[in-house]
Amino acid sequence: MSSYQKRSKEELAKRVAQDIHDGAYVNLGIGQPTLVANHIPAGREVILQSENGILGMGPAPAAGLEDYDLINAGKQPVTLLPGGAYFHHADSFAMMRGGHLDICVLGAFQVSATGDLANWSTGEPGAIPAVGGAMDLAIGAKQTWVMMDLLTKQGASKIVAQCTYPLTGVACVKRIYTDLCTLACTPAELQLIDTVPGLSHAELEQLVGLPIRAAA
Amino acid sequence: MINKLADSVAQALAGVKDGATVLIGGFGTAGIPGELIDGLIAQGARDLTVVNNNAGNADQGLAALLKAGQVRKIICSFPRQVDSYVFDELYRSGKLELELVPQGNLAERLRAAGAGIGAFFCPTAHGTELAAGKETREINGKHYVLEYPIHGDVALIKAEKGDRWGNLTYRMSARNFGPVMATAAKTTIATVHEVVELGALDPEAIVTPGIYVTHVVKIDRTATQAGGFKKSA
Repeated sequence: MSSYQKRSKEELAKRVAQDIHDGAYVNLGIGQPTLVANHIPAGREVILQSENGILGMGPAPAAGLEDYDLINAGKQPVTLLPGGAYFHHADSFAMMRGGHLDICVLGAFQVSATGDLANWSTGEPGAIPAVGGAMDLAIGAKQTWVMMDLLTKQGASKIVAQCTYPLTGVACVKRIYTDLCTLACTPAELQLIDTVPGLSHAELEQLVGLPIRAAA
Repeated sequence: MINKLADSVAQALAGVKDGATVLIGGFGTAGIPGELIDGLIAQGARDLTVVNNNAGNADQGLAALLKAGQVRKIICSFPRQVDSYVFDELYRSGKLELELVPQGNLAERLRAAGAGIGAFFCPTAHGTELAAGKETREINGKHYVLEYPIHGDVALIKAEKGDRWGNLTYRMSARNFGPVMATAAKTTIATVHEVVELGALDPEAIVTPGIYVTHVVKIDRTATQAGGFKKSA
């Protein structure tokens, strides 16, 4: 095996941010995807949407200036940029379902080769279910991107032929950004966009256990 | 003369009956009408169906209402939070029924109720277990699930300013479900931090027109508390 280094969480966030175009309306999911906001390349103006009724969401406020009437989807305090707007929940989700968001970035438990997403429940008996806005976002944005580690802690690929966890949405993921590679999902197959330096196409296919078409 | 200003929370809540469906605004702790929920606990109506995005934080507000044993069923999108232990215990012990609804479906089902829509086809959740058993239809090559409105008997919402006609404005992301819930219930009770004269609210900026509002109760402002997330060190 050749030697390669995984992307750190920050490096992965930076890799995702590179692909967000100037002028994009973007929703970043709870957890790791929120890191993407810190890495938007200079010179690009990107407008962040928060499901709880914010467009033009800004970074966390300075310590002591938190106002818990102004929070993100993870219930953490945020700020509003000049030009930002507030709106109610039905408008916020109309914005998603109506295809007005360019990109949403979500975490995932599993993604299938054809873009099925499982990210809301592991289906364990006794677990408290919670779905939030994940299902609306996954099928609503023009492009749904997933950001996750490629492998579970046990070393199994989170990219699978078919999801075994309960689905969030069917054939809704366009791209998968992981700590080892970036892939596109198409109705037919997975396509390679990039790998970390030192990781070959063949090694990646072995890790994923599925055929991946070479970058065009 | 129209005067929707109630003297007290207790007066505004007097008509809530056992078995009622109660729409409660708020997302996390923002927009939670804490004084109205406390009032509902004091009022004592039981066997309630509660609609809220979450299922209560820590021991206050909605969590306290659940703990008081007044709720039979909760309809929400995201019950599980780091501090939702009151809900978790009741749910696990089978004392509370849960209808889990994707957040946008929750908002749109409320909107449909307020707008007189009998049902609607929505793409969210198609092909997932949350659409199991529901009617579906393919329209122009896209798959949709039939969803029905959620009507409330009473809506409890938190606004910022109001007048005696019931016109309301909100504060930042505390607006969230308030405006749609106000339209979806037979009786809507709003708390405000400021009561103003008719004409003082900019008509271009009124978010909820008074036609949707039954009672307005002024309460003193207290800072919204953090809740629903793990504070990092």
